[in-house]
Amino acid sequence: MAATGAAATDLEVVRGKRAALFFATVVIVLGLPLWWKTTETYRAPLPYSQISGLNSLKLRLMVPVTVVFTQESVPLDDQEKLPFTVVHEREIPLKYKLKIKCRFQKAYRRALDHEEAALSLGNIQEAEAMLAEPSEQAEGSLTVYVISERCSLLPQDMMSYIGPKRMAVVRGITHREAFNIIGRRIIQVVQAMSLTEDVLAAALADHLPEDKWSSDKRRPLKSSLGYEITFSLLNPDPKSHDVHWDIEGAVQRYVQPFLSALSAAGNFSVDSQILYYAVLGVNPRFDSASSSYYLAAHSLPHVINPVESRLGSSAASLYPVLNFLLYVPELAHSPLYIQDKDGAPVATNAFHSPRWGGIMVNGHTVQSPEPKVQGQTDWVGEVRLLFGIAQPQLPPKCLFFGPKSEGIMTWELDRLLWARSVENLATATTTLTSLAQLLGKISNIVIKDDVASEVYRAVAAVQKAAEELSSGHLASAFAASQEAVTSSERAFFDPSLLHLLYFPDDQKFAIYIPLFLPMAVPILLSLFKIFLETRKSWKKPEKTD
Amino acid sequence: MVDTCFLSRGLTTLAGLLLLPFGSLAASQIEDQAEQFFRSGHTNNWAVLVCTSRFWFNYRHVANTLSVYRSVKRLGIPDSHIVLMLADDMACNPRNPKPATVYSHKNMELNVYGDDVEVDYRSYEVTVENFLRVLTGRIPSSTPRSKRLLSDDRSNILIYMTGHGGNGFLKFQDSEEITNIELADAFEQMWQKRRYNELLFIIDTCQGASMYERFYSPNIMALASSQVGEDSLSHQPDPAVGVHLMDRYTFYVLEFLEEINPASQTNMNDLFQVCPRSLCVSTPGHRTDLFQRDPKNVLITDFFGSVRKVEITTETISLQPDSGVVESSYKKDQMVEELMEPLKYAEQLPVAQIIHQKPKLKDWHPPGGFILGLWALIIMVFFKTYGIKHMKFIF
Repeated sequence: MAATGAAATDLEVVRGKRAALFFATVVIVLGLPLWWKTTETYRAPLPYSQISGLNSLKLRLMVPVTVVFTQESVPLDDQEKLPFTVVHEREIPLKYKLKIKCRFQKAYRRALDHEEAALSLGNIQEAEAMLAEPSEQAEGSLTVYVISERCSLLPQDMMSYIGPKRMAVVRGITHREAFNIIGRRIIQVVQAMSLTEDVLAAALADHLPEDKWSSDKRRPLKSSLGYEITFSLLNPDPKSHDVHWDIEGAVQRYVQPFLSALSAAGNFSVDSQILYYAVLGVNPRFDSASSSYYLAAHSLPHVINPVESRLGSSAASLYPVLNFLLYVPELAHSPLYIQDKDGAPVATNAFHSPRWGGIMVNGHTVQSPEPKVQGQTDWVGEVRLLFGIAQPQLPPKCLFFGPKSEGIMTWELDRLLWARSVENLATATTTLTSLAQLLGKISNIVIKDDVASEVYRAVAAVQKAAEELSSGHLASAFAASQEAVTSSERAFFDPSLLHLLYFPDDQKFAIYIPLFLPMAVPILLSLFKIFLETRKSWKKPEKTD
Repeated sequence: MVDTCFLSRGLTTLAGLLLLPFGSLAASQIEDQAEQFFRSGHTNNWAVLVCTSRFWFNYRHVANTLSVYRSVKRLGIPDSHIVLMLADDMACNPRNPKPATVYSHKNMELNVYGDDVEVDYRSYEVTVENFLRVLTGRIPSSTPRSKRLLSDDRSNILIYMTGHGGNGFLKFQDSEEITNIELADAFEQMWQKRRYNELLFIIDTCQGASMYERFYSPNIMALASSQVGEDSLSHQPDPAVGVHLMDRYTFYVLEFLEEINPASQTNMNDLFQVCPRSLCVSTPGHRTDLFQRDPKNVLITDFFGSVRKVEITTETISLQPDSGVVESSYKKDQMVEELMEPLKYAEQLPVAQIIHQKPKLKDWHPPGGFILGLWALIIMVFFKTYGIKHMKFIF
C-alpha cells in the first residue's frame, strides 16, 4: 500500500514536474515573443541611411551663362576659337554642414545676325527691346553680350550694363589675353546678377549658428508656399478726415504686377481693410521748430503691438501674413513725421518690422492732400526689403537703370529662387534629420505607412532638387525643393506622431506587474524547485555509489 | 622619429608665431560676440497659459491663469500669439455671485476677466492630448489659426501651468494626468523642430519642482512654486465670492509683474526672489542649468512682453506706372481727401438732459391720513401735558 502510494506520488510528482516544465516552455517560447511583438510600437521602415546621407550632401549651384561675341569685340584669331565653354567654379565659404559650390558655366559663341543688328543700334533700351523678343530665357540663366571697345551702345566711360531681363552687356577688348580679361569682367557682372555669398548667407541665416545675433536686421521672410498680404488703413479720427482710399485701383496698378512677377516664388493673396478709431500706442511729440508732430525712433517698436490685436487675419489659410498699414494721423496730431535716431525726419515716413510688415504714416496736412501713389512705391521698396531682395552690388563702371514697372528684375527673382531653393533644402534636411533623431530618442512614437511614404518622397525630392540645381534648371529645382519641404513637414507634423501617452517606462512596470507576477511566480518557483531537485539527484548517485 | 618630432614642434611654434596677430584680432571679435551673446536672439513672443482644474472650488486656478494672461497682454503679446486654455468657466458659473467677473484680489479690486479675454481651449477641450498637440504642432489640419502655436526658431515661449499636481505629475480635469517625462519629451520634440528659441516654464502646483526635473532640452528655464514634498498654498479667501481667489506664488508674481512696463530692464534674478518662504510658506524653486545665458542678463520682457524689432525704411524704388488704358480710370476714380465740416452724431440720446436733470416739481397733495393722525397725536399730548390755556399763545 505504501509502495504503490509512493509510486503513485512519484508518478504524480513526475507528472507535476513535466507539467511545470511544459508551462514554462510555453510561456517562454510562445508567450514572451508574442507579448513583445504585439506591444511594440508600429514603425514602418524609414530610409535612415539616406537621411543621414543628406547631411553630407554637396550642393552645386550651376548658373548657365551664354556669352555672345559680336564681330569686333575680340581679335580675329580669338574669334576663330569660338564656340567653346569655360567653367568657373567657386566654393561659397559658409559655415554650414552642406558644402555649397557655385559654378558658372559660360558658353561662348558668335553673335547671330539679328543680334548684331540689335547691338549696332544707338540706344541701349532699343537694343534690349530687340534682343528680348526672340528667346525667353529660362530661369537661372543669363546672357551676356560682348560689344567692341569703341561701340557707342554704352556711354564711353561705362564698361558694362546690367539690364532688367537677364541680359547684360560688356565691353570687349582687343588684346592678346582678350578672353581672360573679358572672362573676368563677365564673372564680375554675372556674380552681381546671380549668386553671391550674402544672398546665400541671408537665406541660411536661421541655420548658421553665428549669425543668430548679428544679422538681426537683415532677416528675410522664411520660405513658404504662399503669403497673405493685407493692406489696412488706420483712421483714428473719422470725424475730421473723410479719407477716400482707392486701394483696388492701386492694387491693380502697382501690387498685382509686382506679385505676378514674383508668382514663381509662391501664391500671394491680397486683402484690404479699413479700421476706424484705431490708435497707435504711442503719443507723438510736438516739435516747435517745424510745427509738426513726430514719432521718435525709439518709440517705434511699441507701436505695432496695440495695433496688431485689431488687425485680424484670414482664418482659413496658414500662410504667413504681411501687414501693411497706412496711418492717417488725427487732426490734432497732423502733420506727423517719423524721426530716425539722429532726429531728422525720414523721407519715406515709413518703417517696417522684419517678418511682419510695414507701417507708413500719411504725414501730409489736410490742406494739401496728396494721392496715395507715393505710398505704393514705398510699399514695393518695403516688400523687397522684407523678402530680402537687396540692391545689387554692381561692378565698377556699370550702367544700371533699375527695375521698370514691375518693381523687380527677372534676375532678382532668380536670386530669390536660388536662395529659396537652398533654404528649402536646408529646412527639409533638418526636418528629416530631426525626425530620425527623435525616433531614436523617444521609443514610443508610432510611424504609420503613409508617414513613411511621405518621408521617402521627401528624401527623393531633396535628391532631385540637388540634381536639378547642379544641372542648372532653376525652376524645376525650386519646385522639387518646395515639394521636399512640404513632404518633410507633413511627415514630421502628422497628427498620428503624438507619442503614446501614459507609457513612460516606470509606468510600464505598474501596468505589467499585476498581470505577470501572479502568473510568473508559481512557474518560476516550480522551475527553481525542479532545478534544486535535479541538482540533488545528480549529487546523490555520487554519494550512494 | 626624432626628426619628425622636432620638425612638428618647429612647425607648431612657427604657426603659433604667425597666429599671434590673428589672435589679437580674434580677441576683439570675441569681445563683440560676447556682448551680443547677452542679448536674446528672438523676434517674436508666444505664451501658452494652461489652467487644468475644473469645479467651482478651483476658482483660484482660473484666476491665476487669467492674471498671467492679463499681464502678458498688457506687456505687449497680442491675442494671436497667446494660447489660453481654461478648463472651466468661472465667470459664467451659476455659483458666481458676480457673473462675468473673475477677481484676483480680496475686496474685488481687480477683475482679471475683463472685456477682451480670448479663450482658445475651453472646458473639455483642455486635455493632455490637446496640450501636447499644441506644443508639438501635431494638430489636425482643420484646427483654426487661433488654436495653434505657430512659433518658429526665433520665438521665445512662456508656458504657465497651474492646477493640482503631485510628485511627477499634473492633474488635468480630474480624469487624467500629464507626467514630467511626457512634458520633457514634448519639449524635446519642440527643440528638434526648432519651435522655440528660449522657453520659460512656470508652474504653480503642489510639488511643482518635480515637473521640471526631467527636462533635457537646451534653452529652457523653469520656475516652480514649491519643492518636492511641499504643498503650494492659496492666498486668501473672499467672503463674498466664497472661495480662495488666488494662489500665493502667482499672487506675488502678479504683484511683481504689475511694476514691469514694456521698457523696463528688470531681469530674471528678481523673478527668482519673488515670494520667499516667509510669504509663500513653500519654497519656490528654479532651474537654469539648461539655459545658455546667465539669468541676470535675461530681461523679464524677453518672455512676458513682446517688443518688436523695427527698421526705418530708407530705400525706395521709383516705378514708372503702366500708362495707357488704366490712366483714364485712374483719374476718374481718384478722389482726394476732402475737408468737410466735422461730422457729428445725431442726438439719439439726450445725455445732457439726463445727467444734469433738475428734480421734477411734484404737484402738491394735502397731507394724507397718517400724517394728520400723527400731528393730531402730538398736539393732543402737548395740550394734555401743559393744559389748554396755552392754546392762546399758538393762535
